[in-house]
Amino acid sequence: MFGSAIIVFRESLEAALLIGIIAAATRGLTGRNLWLAIGIGAGLGGALVVAGLTETIAEMAEGAGQELFNAAILGIAVLMLGWHNIWMATHGREMAAQAKSMGHAVKSGQREMSALAILIALAVLREGSETALFLYGLAAGDGSSRVSMLSGGLLGLAAGIGAGWVLYSGLARIPLRHFFTVTSALILFLAAGMAGQMARLLIQGDLIRPLASPLWDSSSLLPMDSFLGNLLHIFAGYEARPSGMQVLFYALTFLVILFGMRWSRPRIPQAT
Amino acid sequence: MFPLASLAADLEATLTIKDHQFTPSELKVPAGKKVKLLVSNLDSTPEEFESHELNREKLVAGNGKVTIYVGPLAPGKYPFYGEFHDKTARGVIVAE
Repeated sequence: MFGSAIIVFRESLEAALLIGIIAAATRGLTGRNLWLAIGIGAGLGGALVVAGLTETIAEMAEGAGQELFNAAILGIAVLMLGWHNIWMATHGREMAAQAKSMGHAVKSGQREMSALAILIALAVLREGSETALFLYGLAAGDGSSRVSMLSGGLLGLAAGIGAGWVLYSGLARIPLRHFFTVTSALILFLAAGMAGQMARLLIQGDLIRPLASPLWDSSSLLPMDSFLGNLLHIFAGYEARPSGMQVLFYALTFLVILFGMRWSRPRIPQAT
Repeated sequence: MFPLASLAADLEATLTIKDHQFTPSELKVPAGKKVKLLVSNLDSTPEEFESHELNREKLVAGNGKVTIYVGPLAPGKYPFYGEFHDKTARGVIVAE
């Protein structure tokens, strides 16, 4: 039972944490909850479809279909997270200062929210399809342990959602003055980490070269299966043995978004 | 001896999953070369091939087959496991 709880927890954690961060970062945008619900709902539906098509997807692109599919999802997610951060650098301050009264911010906020709903749908779809496959395997397996395994899975899912909720409430407590700095930093590292994962998948499918592999090995210092290693992997894309190409993807994404945020920041004296 | 042939074809190695176990559980591959790893799952339930040491992770559907490229590897041992049945599905790739 605990085995299946841990697996489902791990699979749902990434999506739950992403939703927690996005929900916190969009605090105060009109219709946020509706957009979040649309994203999660569409993602769950998509996850079931993708889980059913696993074999078909895997066989596409001469066996690299799974890698291409997931890399494309990560690529879109990186674009949306980057766009979100740059958008926030422009509008975050005015939103914090004047809340909802600005018609322009509300209108462009809706565009922003619909983009984020797509992002959340993709994250739920990616992690959810693996969870669905795993749970399906349990349900189809031998009957004796089925109930305890499935309830373990539900427990894991609840724990994942709980972790997302804890992160959200924690972020919501941060004073408004530092709030956008914290959420933007979190999202910046998340996006860079996703870009690194995208590179790993493309290498695994032999679609790009690894360059140096591995570029370094810090697995004796901070192993991937340690608590801290795992946490840093989820939040900041930490890898104990990354290839050179992964590091390159990571660094480029990090720098491009960071410069985008710097340049788009309105150059007006601060009101506070 | 046959430089052209070695350039053209990928080195292939095969792993089979049955009853949530990998066969062979120890797979020897040449060091310093990219290897095309074919994993076929004879169980009806899905499995996830995972290895922190190889930096690889891939789903294998029930009765499905996948390709995973690994390496070029430095000489050494690279454990891998099936995430969905990690008590029984364990193995190691030895690069030499």
